[in-house]
Amino acid sequence: MQDSLQSSYRQLEQKSKYTNIFLRWFLYLVLILFASYFIFPLYVMIVTSLKTMEEIRQGTLLTWPSSLNFDSWAVAWGGRGYGAGDTFLKPYFWNSIKMVVPAVFFSTFIGAMAGYVLTKWRFKGDKWVFLFLLFGCFIPYQAILLPMARTLGVLGISNSVIGLVLVHTVYGIPFTTLFFRNFYVSVPTELVKAARIDGAGFFKIFFKILLPISAPIIVVTVIWQFTQIWNDFLFGSTFSFGEAAPIQVALNNMVLSSTSVKEYNVDMASAIIAGIPTLIVYVLAGKYFIRGLTSGAVKG
Amino acid sequence: MKTLKIEDLSKNFGSTEVLKKINLEIDEGNFLVLLGPSGCGKSTLLNIIAGLETINEGNVFIDDYNVSKVEPKDRNIAMVFQSYALYPSMNVKENMIFGLKQAKTSKDKIKEQLEKVSKFLQVDQLLERKPSQLSGGQRQRVAIGRALVREPRIFLFDEPLSNLDAKLRVEMRREIKKLHQQLKTTVVYVTHDQTEAMSLGTKIAIMNHGVIQQNDTPENIYNKPNNTFVADFIGSPSMNLIKGKLKQSSNIISFVAEGSNLEIPIDNYNFKANDNLNNKEVFFGIRPEHIFFKKLNDNDLEITLRADLSEYIGHEQIMTFDYDNQEILAKFPSTIKTELSKETKLYFDLTQVSLFDAKTEERI
Repeated sequence: MQDSLQSSYRQLEQKSKYTNIFLRWFLYLVLILFASYFIFPLYVMIVTSLKTMEEIRQGTLLTWPSSLNFDSWAVAWGGRGYGAGDTFLKPYFWNSIKMVVPAVFFSTFIGAMAGYVLTKWRFKGDKWVFLFLLFGCFIPYQAILLPMARTLGVLGISNSVIGLVLVHTVYGIPFTTLFFRNFYVSVPTELVKAARIDGAGFFKIFFKILLPISAPIIVVTVIWQFTQIWNDFLFGSTFSFGEAAPIQVALNNMVLSSTSVKEYNVDMASAIIAGIPTLIVYVLAGKYFIRGLTSGAVKG
Repeated sequence: MKTLKIEDLSKNFGSTEVLKKINLEIDEGNFLVLLGPSGCGKSTLLNIIAGLETINEGNVFIDDYNVSKVEPKDRNIAMVFQSYALYPSMNVKENMIFGLKQAKTSKDKIKEQLEKVSKFLQVDQLLERKPSQLSGGQRQRVAIGRALVREPRIFLFDEPLSNLDAKLRVEMRREIKKLHQQLKTTVVYVTHDQTEAMSLGTKIAIMNHGVIQQNDTPENIYNKPNNTFVADFIGSPSMNLIKGKLKQSSNIISFVAEGSNLEIPIDNYNFKANDNLNNKEVFFGIRPEHIFFKKLNDNDLEITLRADLSEYIGHEQIMTFDYDNQEILAKFPSTIKTELSKETKLYFDLTQVSLFDAKTEERI
């Protein structure tokens, strides 16, 4: 009895050991597969941008460049130096910066305020206001193009960076409000009560008490908004053209307007340049992004 | 002059009536505990006193001045919250002086107050720390300190101990009691813990469904509950309420439990009204701690009941007896040996009895 029980346990132990080893290897295999699947396009882009056109024609997608040649990067950023038809990214890069910084700032700030009011200064019908704001998250971009174009026209800011700032701020508010509302819901309302008894008013409570503890959600909102606005193509191409265009529109123009030969190396370099800022933001603040999304509770 | 007076106060959230015509008065230096189950309106009442919640009807007076429309900061009150509500981004010192700074108090005065209070509460070593670096008890102390520096007329406490573990809770309870004895400031204290209420309060107001059931000294709340709710709410285990009828023949009144023949004589009981007692449906209330294992007083009534259940809890044991199909609980020292499923002789202390009308559930 005792012996048979012991041996059956031993068998079970062996079995679970083999299953574990198998599962572990299987897990690594799947992970490696997915990782290469995602890294492959990036590898092709970087490698191609460093090759000369000659190399591109002769080699395959995967061949390593013969030397590190940054010429196409220089062309993508600063152009070839001759006048007409020479499109390069530098001016549009600054357009995008001029658009993205104020748009991110205003949409984040207004979202923070709105989230604060919706959670800590409840009023009659506040649930409806929030519901309509949420609705804004689900309206497809295309649906607001015409009314927005008309609005910009009436305001006299169509085809300008200011116009794009306004569009992105307005369209960002539903998302930023949602983020901040969900964050402030978990902040104990007793904090606000205590501050009111201490004599702090609406703005003082916001700036002195709530904003200083909002760092995680500010990071989340800034990354989200920055990525959205920087990568936006639809609004940029609809509401701006020529010199006022943001970088994504310019990138498109550059790649499509190549006259004779397709310069893949320049195209790849341009695409990487256009993507670098979002990468930088994510690398700098990425760990807060995960933390801010998952945790909401403020203890203490 | 009453430090705090509440007059015909009503409050509803939408169609839910939270407070119904509350009237309450507190004399200077008293410690009033608002006690009740969750959802009884006690916290709402406290928030209304603080001015954090609006009033639908009625008035609140502080020092005979109608403060119903006065902002919280101008009411001369300070509040301590359940979650401490320390400002997470500020250190202890900034937390404590935030209110004084808002009130534009002079720097010298702020410094003086901070030193005095932080020494008094023994948080003077913690002034540079952030709330997240403090233990539960320390946070509690800082929260009290933040209230103290304002030198308010009334302290409001909203379940300040319920976030602490059992041991710390008892310690902090004693500290709050000491604090009140030293400062003699008027306190309104909300809790759902009857031990806290009993040990701290000079007056206890028991609330249920937005109505004050009884506002009295702890002794009266315990010994002479106004109605069955108070009788049931106070005491652990709560008072036995035996259903039955009163019997009056000539001048002798007695109680007979449902389905029983035993007449329990009721003498020396202060009836509120002496009429129509015969055949009245009543609850006969006796606390588990007033049922004894042996005769202690001459007037104790001997009664034989069957023991059904014994719960041992260290310093005492709670026994359940069958009284003609009604459960009766009694509390004995744990040293007494008991046997289950056996008829046992018990002694009721009839001087500690309460009687309630079975219909209105009010004390008679």
